[in-house]
Amino acid sequence: MAFLFLQFLNGLNYGMVLSLISSGLSLVFGVLGVLNFAHGSLYMLGAYGAFTFLQYFQNLSMGFWLALLLSVLSVGIIGGIIEIVFLRPVYRRPHAYQLLLTYGLILILDDLVKMTWGTDYKVVPKPQALSGSVKFFGDAYPAYDLFIIFLGPLVALGLWVLVYKTRLGMFIRAASLDREMTDALGINVPALFTLVFMLGSCLAALGGALVGPIRTVSPGMGINIIIDAFVVVIVGGLGNLQGAFLGSLIIGQLESFGILIIPRFNIAFIFILTAIILITRPQGLVGKARI
Amino acid sequence: MKSSSFPLIGWLLFIGVWIYLPYWVSAFKLLLYIEILIMALLATSFNLLFGYTGLLSFGQAAYFGIGAYVCGLMLMKISSSFWLAILVGVIFATLSAFAIGFFCVRLTGIYFSMLTLAFGQMVYAIAFKWYDVTGGDNGLVGVPKPTVSFFGLISLDLASPLYYYYFVLVFFILSTFLLWKIVHSPLGYILRGIRENLERVNFSGLEVKKFQLIAFSIAGCFAGLAGALYAPFASTVSPDVVGWTKSAEPVLMTLLGGSEVFLGPILGSWLFLLLKDYIISHTDFWEIYFGVTLVFLVIFLPGGVMGFLRTLWSRIARGGRRIGV
Repeated sequence: MAFLFLQFLNGLNYGMVLSLISSGLSLVFGVLGVLNFAHGSLYMLGAYGAFTFLQYFQNLSMGFWLALLLSVLSVGIIGGIIEIVFLRPVYRRPHAYQLLLTYGLILILDDLVKMTWGTDYKVVPKPQALSGSVKFFGDAYPAYDLFIIFLGPLVALGLWVLVYKTRLGMFIRAASLDREMTDALGINVPALFTLVFMLGSCLAALGGALVGPIRTVSPGMGINIIIDAFVVVIVGGLGNLQGAFLGSLIIGQLESFGILIIPRFNIAFIFILTAIILITRPQGLVGKARI
Repeated sequence: MKSSSFPLIGWLLFIGVWIYLPYWVSAFKLLLYIEILIMALLATSFNLLFGYTGLLSFGQAAYFGIGAYVCGLMLMKISSSFWLAILVGVIFATLSAFAIGFFCVRLTGIYFSMLTLAFGQMVYAIAFKWYDVTGGDNGLVGVPKPTVSFFGLISLDLASPLYYYYFVLVFFILSTFLLWKIVHSPLGYILRGIRENLERVNFSGLEVKKFQLIAFSIAGCFAGLAGALYAPFASTVSPDVVGWTKSAEPVLMTLLGGSEVFLGPILGSWLFLLLKDYIISHTDFWEIYFGVTLVFLVIFLPGGVMGFLRTLWSRIARGGRRIGV
């Protein structure tokens, strides 16, 4: 029982990390119409950024959180540059070319990371306050991992409030439905697109910065997570925030329990699920309620 | 120049260059050219889907990998006949492409690309985990270089790169010729119609999905052939040849050469692998160069090198009047 509960928590933990990644991915797709292959690379930059900033704040008690904040902001700025320089020229091109362009960005960003930080694994220490553990049914579960489980829904909720309850969110939703009309109403759509892409980049970087202490920080981490994030947004529905959250919960649990049920083919299992969803409900479980 | 009027002279020139090539390059470079031929075949078959039918498949490595694994396993465990190994590899790849394509062609646009990616990763996962058969993450190690005999008359030991080159070349020329015939047959025109205007093809009473599936199966068949030829050449078949980074290669090559011209992917593979060879010998970081190239191509030259030359040619031929790209 205790073991199963811990597996459930592990699934939730991974699910919440996925939720941070895939909500940004889905938001960008819903508004900009670009499925960003390089989203995983931004997550990786977030992890490396946190690692680097943390070296400057080692002696501060709040050093970890400061490093996390700076990393998220830096990656947001990088995201803004990427949108302005690379994505603007291809909005009116077929999807195939947008996919290829962002694939090119993966190649560039991954090599830049290798050049800057080398190929060895980096270790990010946990923040002091969360270095302990919490007992469930007599088994210890790390406090930091639990913190991520609680933070995930808060961020998702914050994003939901931003998109559905604020004026800016209204503009974002309008632009995702009808770009020309929104433009004609006097809203600066190009700036809005840049802002949305920056927001998506920040979310990815937040995920990356948070997983530093619990997963390996290495040049392959972006590639590993982006495939899972794709699966999540397909299961939930492309361009759909609630879908991204639900999909993350499902995939997190599947990864966690799939290993127990079919230890050898659990990765294949995830893709079989993706294929089934794509074939039967290409619009995803939650459906096509656009952003 | 209309590509469909590519004359006999052109074909003879094309074949002649490939036949004489070993006399111009060093023995070491010949190995690179074997790989160029194999990848050019994969890229050309991919372009039947991308350039002619308008379907971006992000999972062509699956059929290449199935061809390579099955052919390698045949040679290692069942029979020393390369002919049989190639045949079985191609059959497996074609059947897999048919089965997977059956589901993929139900979707359009980005969903189609995602589903081909998902199936590709499924095949990758199986190759990676099924230790007893595929050797898991080590892959098949030590696929033997076979000796092929032609009806018992001559036998060639393919351990020699020169013989291997010509062996692959025969398959390459026959396959490109077949693909050429396919894209200039009524089927080819239907596929182009699907690319240009799906609804119209549908309204004219042709089943779009059926023709997309035919194209998908043909592409899978030739991808499998390329894979089967690759297995003894590389002597190791690892899961890397099935993964999505491998699937990206024919896409890159096709874009580089030009997807709108039949010879584009072949030129693209040649450029891609020569560049890669050159860059790797000078630096550890070769991906960034390709990333930059790819981004540049997508933004400035979506028609690739061939598309660019063709536009240039038509501008010169029409006395500098601008035409839409």
